[in-house]
Amino acid sequence: MATTSRKRPARSARNHEELLGFYRQMLLVRRFEERTAQAYTEAKIGGYCHLNLGEEATVVGLMAAIEERDYLFTNYRDHGYALIRGMDPGRVMAELYGRQDGVSKGWGGSMHLFDTDVRQLGGYGIVGGQLPLAAGAALAVSYRDGDEVVMCQMGDGTTNIGAFHETLNMATLWNLPIVFVVVNNQLGMGTTVEMSSAEPELYKRASAYRMESARVDGNDVIAVRDAAKVAVERARKEQKPYLLETVSGRLKGHSVVDPAAYRSKDEVEAVRAQDPVAGLHDKLIADKVADADQLAEIDADVHRIVKAAVEFAEKSPAPEVSSLFDYTYASPVPNDSRRLPADPLFPVGA
Amino acid sequence: MAVMSYRQALHDTLRAEMLRDPDVFLMGEEIGRFEGSYKITAGLLDEFGPKRVRDTPIAEEGFTGAAVGAAMLGLRPVVEIMTINFSLLALDQIVNHAAKIYGMFGGQRSVPMVIRTPGGGGQQLAATHSQNVELFYAFTPGLKVVAPSSPADAKALLLASIRDNDPVLFLENLALYNTKGEVPDGDVAGEIGRAAVTREGTDITLVAYSRMAHVALQVAEKLAAEEGISAEVVDLRSLRPLDRPTIIESVKKTSCAVVLEDDWLTYGIGAEVAASISDGAFDYLDAPVRRVAMAEVPLPYAKSLELAALPSANDVVTAVHQTLDAVGRRSVGAH
Repeated sequence: MATTSRKRPARSARNHEELLGFYRQMLLVRRFEERTAQAYTEAKIGGYCHLNLGEEATVVGLMAAIEERDYLFTNYRDHGYALIRGMDPGRVMAELYGRQDGVSKGWGGSMHLFDTDVRQLGGYGIVGGQLPLAAGAALAVSYRDGDEVVMCQMGDGTTNIGAFHETLNMATLWNLPIVFVVVNNQLGMGTTVEMSSAEPELYKRASAYRMESARVDGNDVIAVRDAAKVAVERARKEQKPYLLETVSGRLKGHSVVDPAAYRSKDEVEAVRAQDPVAGLHDKLIADKVADADQLAEIDADVHRIVKAAVEFAEKSPAPEVSSLFDYTYASPVPNDSRRLPADPLFPVGA
Repeated sequence: MAVMSYRQALHDTLRAEMLRDPDVFLMGEEIGRFEGSYKITAGLLDEFGPKRVRDTPIAEEGFTGAAVGAAMLGLRPVVEIMTINFSLLALDQIVNHAAKIYGMFGGQRSVPMVIRTPGGGGQQLAATHSQNVELFYAFTPGLKVVAPSSPADAKALLLASIRDNDPVLFLENLALYNTKGEVPDGDVAGEIGRAAVTREGTDITLVAYSRMAHVALQVAEKLAAEEGISAEVVDLRSLRPLDRPTIIESVKKTSCAVVLEDDWLTYGIGAEVAASISDGAFDYLDAPVRRVAMAEVPLPYAKSLELAALPSANDVVTAVHQTLDAVGRRSVGAH
């Protein structure tokens, strides 16, 4: 869920309750994604399915920095954002299942989670596609003299596509209230950042557009939250875009079906050693914020939420075939085609 | 009713819509300070200011996508893409995003935007600047595509497009901008998805859109005056949705048809029209449906080659003669 703004982020970060809240959210992403992987292997979920495993601190930290009134655009690795932004876990899982109660009514699937109520406006499967859209949303905010901020998440590979450069240029030219977040998990599918980016310190690319930028440890939820708050406040108060790069790892393959054979055992071990969920777990105990039993209780609670989400998805019906033509156009017009594959264009014998 | 150019009809309609609805704004390359490559937006920057007449960098994907995003938040952007050739640079935003957002997210947000862009060869602009690729958009569910051929339709369909809640590709044509016609006064929007019979006739149906619909009318008048042939003209006006019933009704009356198009023949819009006629009026046809279309080459610069490649009024006359000869009906004419 979207968090409320607090006047002193640095101090409140030390607040135990808040830390436990972050831990709970990160664990929700972790358990939801693990369960999603299982459902995918059971063929309950179709299509492509990309998980946020290893990015939990980034997801939770970013979502803690924006407010309810703000807008969020993401790429296709979007489940965690949806959960923490406040979409109902059951409806998110129902979308993955392709069911009628899914957040996108079963039309989008894993890559296209969208819920206008929480102002998460997609979920986009084409790399870079969400950037111009997010800039346009920021333009609309600015057009109406609004005080909302648009956050636009993307992966590291996106910084090489044309839309990235076109959008950053417009964002500075037009003083758009937008925060671009490059979630650098160090791999675009199997291609490393060094293989694909001439400037592998991705945040530096913003300087070509006179845009402020920073890089932050994506495994540290507080660091991400604090860095994102700086960016969001700057966008809100000064109407200036910002680029934040978070650096973390990807615990599994690019998608559920990818065994990630291109990674060495050492690489995988290094990512595991940085596991943000395990890291926060141990830190909470070491700092005496909570004991192991309390954390296990949170885990059990999260398990119940995920279990209920799966049960909800299982029970939700498949979308009615009669709704197939309901969403081609928002304004009905004459002669719109409504034929099924075997239907003739005109009644036979007419 | 006033007589004005196609260009003036577009300009006046944009202005009227901006006055009517503060959510309507314009964006595109050179539309403000330069007043538009074809001067459709002349004077609008001075009148409405840079917030509502936004000059953009040369970044078709970026600014077209920004218009999609602004439309998702309820604004009504009207984007000008300098020519339809450059829309290919925005193909991802038009086809993968504008066309998909309403459906792919279960109808949660619509995309009320217009992309105005001219097509058209015949200006010696060579291969990359002379294409008619409206087919790509007409092929795509989720988009609406309109192609007015007269100043009156330019006004009526632009009003309809701006007020429509879906992304509309509004096809203009370089050769039409200076053509003149009567334009009704008042605030009367046209209907997307309806063709028009712009000339009634009994001997043959000519089906066309945009510039070729203009050519079709000229040819029909000439055939009537010189040969007594009565050609009916169906101006498609809307390429998606395609008004098949109007085409079929006409062919049921005339029993033969020639389809005119400014794009390439193979897989073109004419192919869809011809297939539709065979589906809907097979028993009424006295001759195969003929298509008059551009030669299948990248359009050359040299005038001699360009003229040879583009469909002309004479080409249409030839196709009409051959079709009527095939059914033995040319003798019904005056001679």
